[in-house]
Amino acid sequence: MAVTVLTSRPQQARTPTVGPRRRSRAGSASRRPAVGLAFVAPTAVLVAALFLVPLGILVYMSLTNWPLLGSPTFDGLDNYRQLGQDDQFLGAIKFTLVYTAITTVVLFAVAFALVAISSTRRKGAVFYRTAFFLPYVVGTAAASSMWWVNSNDQLGVFSKAIQAAGITHQPPGLLATPNRALFTAIALVIWKFVGFQVMVLLVGLQAIPAELYEAARMDGATTWQRLRYITIPSLRPTLALLTILSVTGSLLAFDQFFVLTHGGPDNSTVTVVLALYNKAFQSFRLGNAAAEAVVVLVVLVLVNMVQLRLFREREK
Amino acid sequence: MAAIALAAAARSGHPSPVRRGIRTGLFHTSATILAAVFLFPLIWAALNSVKSSDEANQQPPTWLPHSLSLQNYRSLSGFDQGIGTYLLNTFALCLCTVVGTVIVCVLGGYGFARYAFRGKNLLFGATLTILMVPYATILLPLYIVLGHLHLQNSLIGLALVLVMFQLPFGIFLMRNSFESVPRELEEAALVDGCTGFGALRHVSARVVMPGVITVALFAFLTSWNEYLAPLIFLNDGTKYTLPVMLVNIRYASFNILDVGALQAGVVVAMIPCLVVYLALQRFYVSGLVTGALRG
Repeated sequence: MAVTVLTSRPQQARTPTVGPRRRSRAGSASRRPAVGLAFVAPTAVLVAALFLVPLGILVYMSLTNWPLLGSPTFDGLDNYRQLGQDDQFLGAIKFTLVYTAITTVVLFAVAFALVAISSTRRKGAVFYRTAFFLPYVVGTAAASSMWWVNSNDQLGVFSKAIQAAGITHQPPGLLATPNRALFTAIALVIWKFVGFQVMVLLVGLQAIPAELYEAARMDGATTWQRLRYITIPSLRPTLALLTILSVTGSLLAFDQFFVLTHGGPDNSTVTVVLALYNKAFQSFRLGNAAAEAVVVLVVLVLVNMVQLRLFREREK
Repeated sequence: MAAIALAAAARSGHPSPVRRGIRTGLFHTSATILAAVFLFPLIWAALNSVKSSDEANQQPPTWLPHSLSLQNYRSLSGFDQGIGTYLLNTFALCLCTVVGTVIVCVLGGYGFARYAFRGKNLLFGATLTILMVPYATILLPLYIVLGHLHLQNSLIGLALVLVMFQLPFGIFLMRNSFESVPRELEEAALVDGCTGFGALRHVSARVVMPGVITVALFAFLTSWNEYLAPLIFLNDGTKYTLPVMLVNIRYASFNILDVGALQAGVVVAMIPCLVVYLALQRFYVSGLVTGALRG
């Protein structure tokens, strides 16, 4: 049981390659490697032109001074050196890490509570599950626009509800201070994404054979023991996948901050990708932006690899 | 996990009917409150969108509409290029992305599942690597590549980029789907003189339909909702898609925010997603199972 989405190994082992015996039986004309190549040609072209080539360009860009007009000049590692003194970038890294840590923990906590509700056999569980999931299919831009209006002091329904509940009689200023803006953004992300976590956890739970629980009950295992020795170990690959998705997604957060807080107030909610976007498409410092992108890319690949390895080892 | 604990607790003891009734009541009360919290913003957008423009922009907002009106939707058609143009652009983008993704992934998945050729593992690995690389970081050089291909500021170019990002999931899922079809079925067709493509079309295609629908569904939801890529690749207002328009509405008419129009736009943007998801729900879940959680 592994997070096979990121690796091809287990599958490969099971796939018998087309051997000579088979070929002779099925007619050699039809399983020629050239035919196989033709089938994967569109994939190859897209991957090469729109993924590998841009990846190469990105690395090259990061080593140059790349103005919007005119030809780029080779700069060596200058862009990378500048990153070390770039306060906005360093601030963005710090903010993104804080945001990622809070979001990942809160997402799991809320998801577990919602799974408790949607995995029961009571009537209505399917309705509750669907309600939790629906925000996920709404686009981030639409969702963020919605939350932006709702958080408005005068026009927003969140502000009105908070005042109606008697929590404060002033306009609550949901986006007014750095902490409140972060809180509102996290609330949006939980609302939007927790349904996906719930769904994936439910799928994981369903895959656990019922006999395991039956056997445990016959042996007199307590509820806690069943949770500790059956549920958690069986869910490990699922939890690993969700952690990776949540950490990666949060480190790359853009839409919600671009639309909801616009990085404000006072640039306090600028994430790494937002900083990168501003540098490239507002200040047009493409070489700098590319260096940032390379750093982000390397960090993310490392994070993914470390996480995968950690979860693999614990499985053994 | 907590769920198992709860369910097990409920099953192991034999509480009196009264206590069970209280428990059920508590469960449904808390679950309903939570469901309401999750649905509220969606319902609120819908409610606000059918208020009159004046009422939608009233401070503080009213809870329920005093009168029903389509004014907000009408003002959407007057916004910039008009909502019709943006809808059309978004539909075109979705169509290209969905068709492109399905074609490339069906062919590719079949090739990976059924043929042996040099560089197969390398190409498959490279395709899956797309997942590891942060999407946003590669948009910058992609912008340059599209410029060289004369596909900058074009919905086709944008669709190609979105297809590329769907490849890891789509290829992986289609390959697994084809592998679950017994080879013998196709081999018979091949012996009967079908070409490789004919075998794919006649025998496998029908069996792997659920996989195809899953891939199409994910491609649709992604392309319908995508915001960052259109924002970067399109610089001509007549080509903007719905998500880009939505965010632009707030800067319309000299920074005076039209809440009603914005909420109407949100409703227009989310209805197709909700409908498509509710109709194809089971494919979504099966896609999650095959694509993300094999093991």
